[in-house]
Amino acid sequence: MISLQGITKRFGAHTVFEDIDLSLSQGEIIVIIGPSGTGKSTLLRCINFLEKPDAGRLTVGDLSVDTQRASRADILALRRRTAFVFQNYGLFANKTALENISEGMIVVDKLPKAKAHARAREILERIGLADKADAYPASLSGGQQQRVGIGRAMAANADVILFDEPTSSLDPQWVEEVLSLMKQLAVERQTMIVVTHEMQFARDVADRVVFMDEGGIVEQAPPEELFTAPKDERTRHFLRKILAPTGQAVP
Amino acid sequence: MLNLEYMWGLLPVLLRYLPLTLQMATIAMFFALILACLLAVVRVSKVPVLNAFSMLFISFFRGTPLLVQLFLFYYGLPQLVEALVAINGVTAAVLGLTLHFSAYMAESIRAAIVGIDRSQTEAALSIGMTQSQLMRRIILPQATRVATPTLMNYFIDMIKATSLAFTLGVTELMGATQKEAAGSFLYLEAFLLVALIYWAIVEVLSWGQRRLEIYLNKAYQR
Repeated sequence: MISLQGITKRFGAHTVFEDIDLSLSQGEIIVIIGPSGTGKSTLLRCINFLEKPDAGRLTVGDLSVDTQRASRADILALRRRTAFVFQNYGLFANKTALENISEGMIVVDKLPKAKAHARAREILERIGLADKADAYPASLSGGQQQRVGIGRAMAANADVILFDEPTSSLDPQWVEEVLSLMKQLAVERQTMIVVTHEMQFARDVADRVVFMDEGGIVEQAPPEELFTAPKDERTRHFLRKILAPTGQAVP
Repeated sequence: MLNLEYMWGLLPVLLRYLPLTLQMATIAMFFALILACLLAVVRVSKVPVLNAFSMLFISFFRGTPLLVQLFLFYYGLPQLVEALVAINGVTAAVLGLTLHFSAYMAESIRAAIVGIDRSQTEAALSIGMTQSQLMRRIILPQATRVATPTLMNYFIDMIKATSLAFTLGVTELMGATQKEAAGSFLYLEAFLLVALIYWAIVEVLSWGQRRLEIYLNKAYQR
């Protein structure tokens, strides 16, 4: 189980969001949607402590941390339970695809190198890049790089994988392969929180869609409900704007 | 005309001093690299107090001539610190070269570290790496590649700068040449020969530099 209680984030005088509560059970898949600049990514980054929240409590599995009193050990433990997939991949440029995936297992989990590499090879198999084990990021396509990024997150064996707009910086031809890998993870009931503008993905995969606007959660519901009968005017407005040009049904 | 026979005869004499020149440069480079890495990491991580000290250190050693620094260590400091009276020219030269070049190299290493895409730092932290693991395994290996051409240039500079040690009474390559020339009065031949020797060393190093860069770039071929 993962829960956020009263999570608040400010940048100087500007409050990005205040008092956010959100919880999900194991195997649940949540998609967060909303206009740009409403703090979706920042919220995700707070869960991984890439941003330090200004108030609130984070619980992941049996680890519960008051964000204002988190020790270095708490933060490292929290990060190990919450893997992150970045918009611009963030692959280690000096490491091969295999090493990108095994790095955390070797350095953080202290697995013997041979064992970590064996696990990394299994993951490469699952993400369809077994033949790219020894390729460096610079020689991979955007789609392949992001799949390695997802593979690295899978290797963390985390309680939840956080996806921060994983397809936003991809050329259109690579989007599908990344989404289909994410769908595959969803089928395996990998717990995940996904921030994305891919509405079709949200419809197909999410157990629950969360709509954020102006620094707060406006409403959350299963996709069939949120996409067809949103309760709040702001949700309706947003969906109309984003769905109409794609030819999808508009509420 | 040039007395080629004299030059030919002088070559083996001067080459006997080559090991000392290379030793001074190598030892100074070794310690300068360590010091420069420390200074750069302190600057990048903005470690309180130490950061201010690093800035002052870099500012001073970049802001004053190497020759002045060498004289300061060799002739000046013993006046202040009794124990340094025994400091010999070679030690003072190595010390001066180390401090002087570490200041320059720290700035190149810092620039190389800062130049590495921030997303890799976040990715490393996100999987639970500590700051020092991040530095050792992700940032410094990549910064090394970026900084290597510049650092090799400093090494080349440093080899040439060892010639200043002769002003501290060290008989290295330059000092030996000076002595030989003073004895034979064939200044042109002697200094031309030593120039050619320095040039040859630098050419060999430049060749090594190119090989090293090809090796370091192998992860970045598209």
